[in-house]
Amino acid sequence: MVRTSRLRPTHWGPAHLVKGATRMWRRSLRLRVVALTLLLSSVVMALLGVFLLDRVGQGLLADKRQAALGDVSSGLVYARAQLASAVRSDPNAVDALVETIDTELGRRGSPSGLFDVAVLTTNRSSGFTTSPLDTADIPHALRLQVRGGAEAETYANVHRDDGLERALIIGAPVSADVGSYEVYYVFPLHTEEQTLGLVRRVLLLGGAALVGLLAAVVWLVSRQVVTPVRMAARIAERFAAGNLAERMAVHGDDEIARLAASFNDMAGALQRQIDQLEDLSRAQRRFTADVSHELRTPLATIRMAADVLYESRGDFPPAMSRSAEILTGQLERFERLLADLLEISRYDARAAVLEPDTVDLAGLVRNAAAEFTDGAARAGTRIDLDIRGDLTPAGSLLAEVDPRRVARILRNLLANAIDHAEGATIEVALVTSADTVAIRVLDHGVGLRAGDSERVFDRFWRADPSRSRATGGTGLGLSIAREDARLHGGELVAWGRPGEGASFRLLLPRRAGGILGTAPLPLSPDASLVRAT
Amino acid sequence: MMAYAAPSPHHGESNGSGSNAGPHGPSGQARPAPPESAVTRPRVLVVDDDAALAEMLGIVLRREGFEPAFVATGDRAMDAFHRARPDVVLLDLMLPGRDGLDVCRDLRAESGVPIVMLTARADTADVVRGLEAGADDYIVKPFKPTELVARIRARLRHLTGGAAEQLRIDDIEIDVGSHDVRRDGEPMSLTPLEFDLLVTLARTPRQVLTREALLAQVWGYRHAADTRLVNVHVQRLRAKVERDPEHPRVVITVRGVGYRAGPP
Repeated sequence: MVRTSRLRPTHWGPAHLVKGATRMWRRSLRLRVVALTLLLSSVVMALLGVFLLDRVGQGLLADKRQAALGDVSSGLVYARAQLASAVRSDPNAVDALVETIDTELGRRGSPSGLFDVAVLTTNRSSGFTTSPLDTADIPHALRLQVRGGAEAETYANVHRDDGLERALIIGAPVSADVGSYEVYYVFPLHTEEQTLGLVRRVLLLGGAALVGLLAAVVWLVSRQVVTPVRMAARIAERFAAGNLAERMAVHGDDEIARLAASFNDMAGALQRQIDQLEDLSRAQRRFTADVSHELRTPLATIRMAADVLYESRGDFPPAMSRSAEILTGQLERFERLLADLLEISRYDARAAVLEPDTVDLAGLVRNAAAEFTDGAARAGTRIDLDIRGDLTPAGSLLAEVDPRRVARILRNLLANAIDHAEGATIEVALVTSADTVAIRVLDHGVGLRAGDSERVFDRFWRADPSRSRATGGTGLGLSIAREDARLHGGELVAWGRPGEGASFRLLLPRRAGGILGTAPLPLSPDASLVRAT
Repeated sequence: MMAYAAPSPHHGESNGSGSNAGPHGPSGQARPAPPESAVTRPRVLVVDDDAALAEMLGIVLRREGFEPAFVATGDRAMDAFHRARPDVVLLDLMLPGRDGLDVCRDLRAESGVPIVMLTARADTADVVRGLEAGADDYIVKPFKPTELVARIRARLRHLTGGAAEQLRIDDIEIDVGSHDVRRDGEPMSLTPLEFDLLVTLARTPRQVLTREALLAQVWGYRHAADTRLVNVHVQRLRAKVERDPEHPRVVITVRGVGYRAGPP
């Protein structure tokens, strides 16, 4: 035999964490409110930040460009004037002039480092640049535009000592007798970028702080709502658990206070209703007890008087003698009826209390059967017992039931079976499982019509009104038996077929307050007995 | 009530005339009784407020050879008990004046006299309260006269043992003949019923007696009866004979079956 051990789930696996988180999400209104607030405010802050940054960037660049265009136009005026005065015959002189122009233009910007200037000869691909500008940094597309004779501008990355840097590059053609030139102004944008970076940081920090603050505020505000709601839930639970005096504290006049006041009103109304019902039930119980006492005392007297008469009936004339007999017999019937009526009314008043005790069910069944042996014999039938289950060596079968009620159920079932057995043997089976007790009383007599298996438990119901109750049943026995079974948390059901017999099966939990398990015994005799362990 | 106020002379006690009690009682039924009549007639004190029932009880009891005395209220029950010195008390639980339970406790406080309760309610709590108050047995109204008489006779019947029957459970010594129970030489005061219960258990050491068997042997029930009788009286007996009733060594519970005596 190989024993396999099941893998036990890891206590804090990822699945578990996800489950826990989902559970918290579902259970905590506050968590959801705060999380949603965080999410929405983050989105709003991000959108706002992007928009602001964009606007600030645009503004900075527009200012820069405005200033740059001014610088460029004044530089161009100077460059055109210088080149116009140049003499075409001497290329070296022209080159020197161009360099001078470049230096001069560059100087205008260099003190503040505002810009660098490049003056390039269009057709010779030569020219001058102010350090640290590199001709290669001027984008080709821009040069093409400028060569085409248009003033153009673009943003591009240029090389600096400390790497690439964003810059605004404005180019313009300058035509003179000595040739075509292109003048490029390169305006580094690092100041603007720094400003923008600062704004970005400020926005980020401020936004984060704002979102955090908002979450905290929401957390606190939601507490104002959630705490009373939780309190209400707790108090409602306690109220439902039977603590009818529970009330919510009412502070102020707001919605929460109204909730509390309404809850308290409801609780008050419920409590009054319940008290009223309890009063009624108590009154009913009192009445039952009083009726019981008031009726029983004179009945006891009558009973004794009748018995004295009955015992002396030999000395009476025949009519009186027979009267004494009838009196005694009907008194017995009356007593049984009274006892059953009182028992039923006790159930109706919910005054019946279960008194469980660990008892030997096998003994209980044997005793009940023994009690009816004579009655069965008189009706021409007999009672067969079949007891199975975890019997002790002494032959007892322990269960925690109310012995008086179970004995009464058995008596009612047996009396009913004897009344209807028509001389066929009555089979009583007791089978137990670990959690359930089944007792079945089966007869092979007149049986039950379809639909009668429920009505048989109705008070004073008779399958056949012409049938007499040989064992002197009151017509309440089966109703009481069913109530007795239900009080145990068990059930009593009937089955029957006309001419084939009827079966009554009682199921009881094996332990008081236990739950019924699977029935260890079928209701109808068609299915064979299930053998319990 | 006047119709009931002057019943037959037999209702002496309910009229306060005390015909059963006075040493100078006028008739042959008075006590101390002339030796020729009342010596063998057991005396039964009926404590019941219902005059008709009391009178009928008187008729039935006399027919069966008992000597009844009557008292109608709880207040006067103790006086009547002192005067009548009954062999058995029939006590109705619902009494005017004083509750039957209180009367029962008072009787038990000073006497081991057998008490049979008359109760209109077989309601569990009621019966158990009566038994706990000291009643030996109970009978539910309405009852058959034969049943009542059987209950009373069972309470009058005492266990008889061999002249020198000596029993022992744990450190308890029982002398059956002289109805004497001692621990370390100290006598214990048990009611006749408690004595019967203890002796019945002691006579079959180590053997478990079911509640039904005890009901048959001690209470005289031939058919299964209320096992609470056994439960309550075992508790009462334990309170007297056990050193620690929580951990009994004299009367031991065998769960689901019954009781047995502890080892000698």
